[in-house]
Parts: sequence; C-alpha cells; structure tokens
Amino acid sequence: MTTRLTNTDRPGDGPPAAVDGGPHSTASPATRVLGVLVLVASGVLAVLGLVASPADTELGETVRLLYVHVPVVAAAYLAIVITTVGSVAVLWKRSQWWDLVAGSAAELATLLTALTLVTGMIWGRPTWGVFWVWDARLTSTAVLFLLLLGYLAVRRTTTDQVSRATRSAVVGMLLLPNVVIVNRSVEWWRSLHQDPTLITLDPKIDGLQLFTLVFGIATATLLLVWLLIHRFRVAWMAQRVEAHELDDAIAVRRAEAVGS
Amino acid sequence: MSQWGYVAAGWLVVVVAVVGYATAVLRRGRALSRRLPPEERRWL
Amino acid sequence: MLREATLVARKDLRVELRSRVTTNQVVPFALVVLVLFAFALDPDRGVLERATPGLYWVAVLFCALLAVQRAFAVEAADGIRDALRLTGIEPAGLYLGKALAVAVQLLVLEVLLGLGVVVLYDTALGGWGLLIATCLVATAGIAAAGTLFGVLAAGLRVRETLLPLLLLPALAPVLLATTRASEAALGDDTAEGWPWLGLLGVFALVYLTAGLIGFGALMEDT
Repeated sequence: MTTRLTNTDRPGDGPPAAVDGGPHSTASPATRVLGVLVLVASGVLAVLGLVASPADTELGETVRLLYVHVPVVAAAYLAIVITTVGSVAVLWKRSQWWDLVAGSAAELATLLTALTLVTGMIWGRPTWGVFWVWDARLTSTAVLFLLLLGYLAVRRTTTDQVSRATRSAVVGMLLLPNVVIVNRSVEWWRSLHQDPTLITLDPKIDGLQLFTLVFGIATATLLLVWLLIHRFRVAWMAQRVEAHELDDAIAVRRAEAVGS
Repeated sequence: MSQWGYVAAGWLVVVVAVVGYATAVLRRGRALSRRLPPEERRWL
Repeated sequence: MLREATLVARKDLRVELRSRVTTNQVVPFALVVLVLFAFALDPDRGVLERATPGLYWVAVLFCALLAVQRAFAVEAADGIRDALRLTGIEPAGLYLGKALAVAVQLLVLEVLLGLGVVVLYDTALGGWGLLIATCLVATAGIAAAGTLFGVLAAGLRVRETLLPLLLLPALAPVLLATTRASEAALGDDTAEGWPWLGLLGVFALVYLTAGLIGFGALMEDT
C-alpha cells in the first residue's frame, strides 16, 4: 500500500532556541535578521523609487510603477522555479520536505503572479488607455496564473498526504515547461500582429533608474526567501499537528477496543 | 486620475497584499505552534 | 512496452466499441457545440466564417475533456485499477496504451467535426498536408496531456471539475498553434502554418515525457 514519504528532518533555518512555555511563532534569529533587512531594503526602495530617481522622459511618473512591477515578476518566476525543482525532487527523492517547499513556493508564486497582473494592469491604464491588452506578457501571465490555480486546487484535494504530494508534484514539475511553451507561443503569436501603439515599451532606463530596478529585484528576492521560510514552517507545523491528531485518534480507538 | 494616482495605487496594492499575506502566515504560525507540544518547536 | 501499449489500447477501444459512449454522447455533444457557436456568432455577418478554425479546435478540446473523463471513469467503476496493477504491466506501457486509445477516439471526432464544419459553416477545406499533419501532432499532444491529467484526477471526488481546470490552461498553447496552422492551411499561405507544427511537436514531446515519468508514480501512490 502507500508508504509515508521519508521524513528528512530538516525543519528550516536558524538554530533551535531554548524551549519554554511562552508564546511561539515561526520566527527564529535568522528570520528576524532577514526580516529587518527586508524592511530596510523596502524603505530604501520606496525612497529611491518614489522620490530620488527621476521621472522618465517618455513614460513620466508611471515609470515608478515598474519599480514594483518588475521585482514582483522576478520574484514570481523565482518562486515558480523553486516549485518546479521541488516537485521534481518529490518524485525523485520521495521527500516530504521538498513537498512542503514546493507547496509553499507555489502559494507564493500565485500571490506574486496575481500582483504581477494587477500592477501590469495599473501600469497599462495610463500607458495604453485600457486595463487589459492581449500582448505577449499579460497574456502569458494570465495563463500562468490559471496553471497555478490548478496546482493549488490539486493541493486542496483531501486525500492522504502521499497521494496529494505525488499529484501536486506531477502538476508542479510541468509548471516551468508550461511557462516556457506558453511564453514562446504567445510572444510569437503577438509578434505577428504588430500594433505599434501596443508594443510594450521597454524604456531606455539607465543610471539611477536602472539601479533602483535592480535594487527592487534584490529586495523582492529577499522578501520571497523570508516569506518562503515562514510559509514552509507553517506547512511543516500543520503537517505535524495533523500527524498528532491522527495518533490521538488511533489511541482513542485502541482504548475503546481494549475497553469493550 | 493623474499619473501619481496610478503610481500610488500600484505601490499600495503591493504593500497591502504582501503585508496582509505575511501577517496571515505569521498568525497561523503562532496558532499552530500553540497546538504542538514544546519539544516539536524545533527552530524556535 | 510497445506491445503492452497496443494491448491496453485495444482493450480500451474495444470497451468503447461495445459501450458506444463516444458515438452516442460525445459526437452529439460536438454537434451541439457547433450549433451553439452558430447561434452565438450569427452566420450572416461573416464572423462565424472567420472564426471557424478557432471554433473547431475549441470544440475538439471540449470533446477531448469528455473522452478523457470517460477513459478513466470506465476503470474507476469496477476496481479495475488494482487489477491492472496486479497484472504487472509496466506503467509506461499502460500510459501509452491509454493515450493511444484517447488519440484514436479524438481523431475520429476530429474527422466528424470537420465534416460538421464543412456542412454547417460552409467551410472550404484546403492545404490538406498541413491540416492532416496538424491534426495528427496536435492529437498526440492532447492525448498525452489528457491521459496524464486524467489519471491524476482519477479517484478524486472533485475529478470532474479538476480535470478541466488542469487540462485547459495546459492546452492553451496547443489551441493557439492549431488555430494559426489551420488558418494558414485554409487561407492559402501554408508556409506560415508549418512553423506552428514545430511548437505542437515540442508540446507533444514534453507531455509524453512527463507522462512516462509521472504515470508510474501516480499509479503507485494513488
């Protein structure tokens, strides 16, 4: 029958602190440092993006939207890569740890992709006059969002842990190939219908603008790591709680059987 | 809406979504850890 | 492995021939879809004509959903799954066999839908080489993806809603490519259509590989 996935005991980063009876959370010394770093970086990004860097000659102030849009896109793609790699690892190593990583990364990827779509639309309105255009990037992102929703739906099927992990892994390992195929095909398709007014202007940015953009991507990456660690730990604990409840239920049944 | 309006909307959406999600995750972490016996809170 | 695949495929197709679900329900469904499109798009205004390749392939996709659902519902019914596992058939052979059966049914549906489109939408067919090649390669990809997601969703209570959610976004590039290729075939500039066939080929390869890898794990764990 089905066997449990091997429990490779690596719960997360950070050294274990002293255990006491007080309130606990998913934090650890490492994540606190990282969290502070993310906050500071975000503050710097806001100053750079909203105040210090100049408005673009072509796009005006709306270029400042790119300082959130592009980092969010970058983080989303990073999360998707992690999900795919994790899914392959689940199938290959039969590892529960990787299953939790993949699931957490996928949830983050969904959030970030949704934000990509929203910020993309908010940028599109002043730039093109409409909220949505079927250009290559927005279309690909929309399909990606749907693929991720499919992954999350599989994760929510209430079956035993092993089958859920395997099913999710099969969907997850196809994420990156799907993304590549969709991107290539949509780009190619839209390039056949060149509408000059709709071409996503990649503005010629340099100097402080470019630095801000790159800084934004770095900040988003740190943020992703921080969120991933916490989300992973939540998933880990949820799984432990489930295991405990199962053990308790079995113990209760055993006691009943003995008693009767 | 002026250009600054859109910029503000974009930044606001991202900040609210990220902070909201982070809060939800951290809260759930606390709630779960309360349900676990002390020896299981390994990294804490 | 190939011999096992043909065995499985013949078993599935024989089951279908005897029960005739595809002929009795999926084909009429396809016709219903064609008629509905005509209602929605008003044949007199030329929209239907221009949209025919796209509509055709959307109809094919919907029929594929039904065919895949059917392929796995048959087995869920009688606990055949466990029996299959016990026979010791290699999962890869099982996967290829089921995919082959789905592909054959899809090809039949595509021919019938093609007839429907010629009759109902007054389409003039042309570019036969490109059309046939498109149908063959696209069907391979659709069957490969459908069979993989089909077994993934099999056995779940949410199977009927999960399968479309998984399969249709994954098949979006196929729809894109087949429509462009079909438009090129029907519109006399077939040179534009052949590159899309390359995309369909890549898609089919990716999903066949994924299926061969994933089918075994899914059979074992679910």
